[in-house]
Amino acid sequence: MAYMHIGKDFVPPDVTGKVTGRIKYAEDYTREGMVYARLLTSPIPHARVIDIDASAALAMEGVFGILTADDVYPDGEPQSTGLKILTNEPTLVGEPILAVAAIDEKTAETAIAAISVTFERLPFVIDPLDSLAEGGPNAYNGGNTFAFREGFIEEKWTTDQVASFRAGNEPTAAAPTELAYGDLDAAFGESAYVYENTFTTAGYPHMSMEPRSAMAYWEDGKLYLHATSQSLTAFADGIAGIIGVAKEDLVFINAATGGGFGQRARAGSVPSAAIPAKLSQKINRPVMMRVTREEEFTIGGARQGFQGWIKLGFRQNGTMAAADLWIVSDNGGKGGGGDAFSATNAISIVYQADAVRLRGVSIGSNTAHRGAQRGPGENQIAAIVSPILDKAADELGIDRLEIRKINTPQNGDEGGVPQRTPFTSAYMPEALEQTAQLFDWAGRQPRRRQRNGSKVTGFGIGQGYHNAGRSGMDGIVMMGPDGRLKIHNGVGNLGTYSYASTSRAAAEALKMPWDSCDIITGRTDLHLPITSPQDGSNSIFTNTRTCWGAAQDMLTKMKEIAASDLGGAPAEYDISNERVHQIANQSVGYTYAQVARRAMELGGKYTGEAELPEDLAEWTQISVSRLAGSGFMGVYHDPAHSGNPPGFTVTACEIELDTETGKFEIIDVVTVAECGTVMHPQGLKNQMVGGVVWGIGLSALERHLYDPQNGLPASTGYWQSKVPTYLDTPARIVSGWVDLPDPENPVGARGIGEPSMGAVSAALNAAISDALGGHIFNATPVTTDMIINHIAGISEDWVPLAQNNFRG
Amino acid sequence: MNPKLTRRRFIKGVIASGAAATTTTMWYAANGQNRPAGYVERLIRINVNGQVRNVDVAPQETLASTLRYKLGLTGTKLGCNRGECGACTVLVDDIATYSCSVLTHSMKNGRIETVEGLESANGDLHPVQQAFVESLSPQCGYCTPGQVMAAVALLRINPNPTREEAQLGMSGNICRCGSYDSYLDGVMRAAEIG
Ligand code: FES
Ligand code: FES
Repeated sequence: MAYMHIGKDFVPPDVTGKVTGRIKYAEDYTREGMVYARLLTSPIPHARVIDIDASAALAMEGVFGILTADDVYPDGEPQSTGLKILTNEPTLVGEPILAVAAIDEKTAETAIAAISVTFERLPFVIDPLDSLAEGGPNAYNGGNTFAFREGFIEEKWTTDQVASFRAGNEPTAAAPTELAYGDLDAAFGESAYVYENTFTTAGYPHMSMEPRSAMAYWEDGKLYLHATSQSLTAFADGIAGIIGVAKEDLVFINAATGGGFGQRARAGSVPSAAIPAKLSQKINRPVMMRVTREEEFTIGGARQGFQGWIKLGFRQNGTMAAADLWIVSDNGGKGGGGDAFSATNAISIVYQADAVRLRGVSIGSNTAHRGAQRGPGENQIAAIVSPILDKAADELGIDRLEIRKINTPQNGDEGGVPQRTPFTSAYMPEALEQTAQLFDWAGRQPRRRQRNGSKVTGFGIGQGYHNAGRSGMDGIVMMGPDGRLKIHNGVGNLGTYSYASTSRAAAEALKMPWDSCDIITGRTDLHLPITSPQDGSNSIFTNTRTCWGAAQDMLTKMKEIAASDLGGAPAEYDISNERVHQIANQSVGYTYAQVARRAMELGGKYTGEAELPEDLAEWTQISVSRLAGSGFMGVYHDPAHSGNPPGFTVTACEIELDTETGKFEIIDVVTVAECGTVMHPQGLKNQMVGGVVWGIGLSALERHLYDPQNGLPASTGYWQSKVPTYLDTPARIVSGWVDLPDPENPVGARGIGEPSMGAVSAALNAAISDALGGHIFNATPVTTDMIINHIAGISEDWVPLAQNNFRG
Repeated sequence: MNPKLTRRRFIKGVIASGAAATTTTMWYAANGQNRPAGYVERLIRINVNGQVRNVDVAPQETLASTLRYKLGLTGTKLGCNRGECGACTVLVDDIATYSCSVLTHSMKNGRIETVEGLESANGDLHPVQQAFVESLSPQCGYCTPGQVMAAVALLRINPNPTREEAQLGMSGNICRCGSYDSYLDGVMRAAEIG
């Protein structure tokens, strides 16, 4: 289909501000009379605050006030998992206990030093398996896991059961969670090759480049909040509830956010933004709370780590018959996510196994809080499964690309645990083929495992998946008497440019030149519709639907107005060149400016004052009511879609691994997206290359290190964590895309942000394994020390299946 | 760029000023409002983007702090405030420098350039900025001013780098979004149009 805008590059309006430094992030704002907040955070991994004596601090000159958990939660702290704004029951080092506002940060810090906090130390745990063992410490008050409707409970195994699991055996404890489909025993019975082992994947921090600083002030009963978030209206909607301000009284300002990667999608993961808001309310001054890199580490969240057991069975023909998993998920200090479920789901979807089971439990540790991080679950497991798939291929005498083609999901397939949902469309076979061609998979095979001095060549191919689309959100477009199209977009701006590329669906629907369009975004008092949080790779699918729908509503209204004024039926009208006109006689019609003026004269449904769609979200209703009457309005509530819109990726890479140093270099990497119609090639390319960098981090570099003796985090900075740099990344990345439309989206598009990473970690771990003759580490990351120890024949399993420490 | 050089400069500066430099104190040292007892701000002159600016500076104040919080040049970002990420990169006498890790007092004779000083008088973008726009190099943009300044420094020394030389030259700047490939596209394009 020939589009005006879809599939074409453009300059998103915020790029110039980014290269000139003019675009503002939360910490760049200032306000007259602004004072500064500093945090007193817990120095102890698990404690209870017995007493706070702030009298000396409050008597200091330049100190304006203090905010404690008692102020924030007058009826007591919530007894559930999840980050709190402030707490008297810290469960990790660095958790905020109180905040002090003062004339400057030094004074605030001096005041904090004068505050006496009496803590009762409580037992703490760094490794969830230590907590699972009978008699082991619990990370939370009242248990080591959280059960829906039951609250905190204890989950314990016998010491022998934990020891047996650490020794590499299938856990024997009963699992609180079990999800399954198919006949596992029969499927393993049919298998010609079965692989079974324990594995670990490391938790590690998001490390977004912008720390989550926030500034807030109250004016005329309204709260103005500058903070970091991946989402705009979805975040505002949630943070209003956390702060306790009416939605209509909150103005959330967020032109740009310095990265999110899952941990800033929802207000619940950035509740610290409420601190300056509440302090400001208490002391009646604007409050800036700058967050340091160390604080960003401790309250910024992390990926869940896995301590797992996996068993995969393959038939002689290479099909995956069965996948059986037992996963202990690390919930960290504040509760976690559903990574184990997503991981199992991904195996069902990407390899189309006939029988799949997940048994699992989530156990707390007194470490950074856990939550969604780019492909949570899908991407860790991709790196674990890929080398096993290669082992199966080698054992069964099948090429490693071929075994992936044999198991590939395709159009008409379904997947998921326990319900198997049909795909809206799936072109993974095309992505595999395109990758193989671009990489010359077949041509490179003769060099597989070839040695050149101390260096060995390894190849890897991997696949990534994430669900990539939602529905049920709202859209608003406006047009004034100048005939310009104003696309109100509530998607956040964390760097994907999807706020702009989804807006182009509205321009497309109205055949509007891009320079006649304005995107209205960046602050909620510009009256934006509700959107889904910008997570889960959903924005492109979800918000092209809403932008398209709102523009279609405007188009329908344009035709109605023209037909009623100029004669004929609405169906006899079409649009071109910013005019609505009769199909038979193009000279009869209105310019967009004229039709907008007529709409404003007519009012009613044409200006948002009547006949609004049912089911508009409360947030959208507020925005529509404030816009009503001010211009020609198109407004839309998106109904539910059916099926699972997938985002798929395939990556192939060649590495050269030095057997003397344990280091490897990525010689070539090719990465291909399957995300329906391509909306914005440059934006897609950015997601793909970013996914390569993140995939390298997951596979080879990033992990949490905690001191098991004192519970202190040792990887709070970029270099300890360790985030990939230019020099960890190949100088050239080849990316491509399939570009076939999805039927559940008006322009055929789906998302890609998360799977862009999973395929890379799968390919890279497979390549490392390949270079080492097929050795499987059953771990992420596979670090240089692990490689060199393996080559030297030294076991580096100091504590098998360790979590939040070396090897995990 | 040579981060080690700038780091050393910082350490020398800290020793000279007698201030303690630990990661926990650096943030407060950097905020520009730090007035520990016994220390007074001194009015000094620094040359920023071709203009001589008079500014009151505390003994332990970093350049990033002065630029952001005293001169309002918030284009320079703080990602770590401890010499790890490069988000605060500015040029001092053409050398890419972590402004979070040099003391403003050591800048009295330096020629400081920030991202705000790159556009021409008529508002045209610098070739590096133009190339970064064309290549859609930024993602979230928080590291971008630092990447721009690192690229400007590199291209002044080596106007026609190979991609690998550009990769090395830019390697003092982290991009958590992982946009390295697109920044390298931008540097190569800037070399073409520059
Ligand atoms: S802020 Fe200066 S190097 Fe990170
Ligand atoms: S563009 Fe986000 S950190 Fe570089």
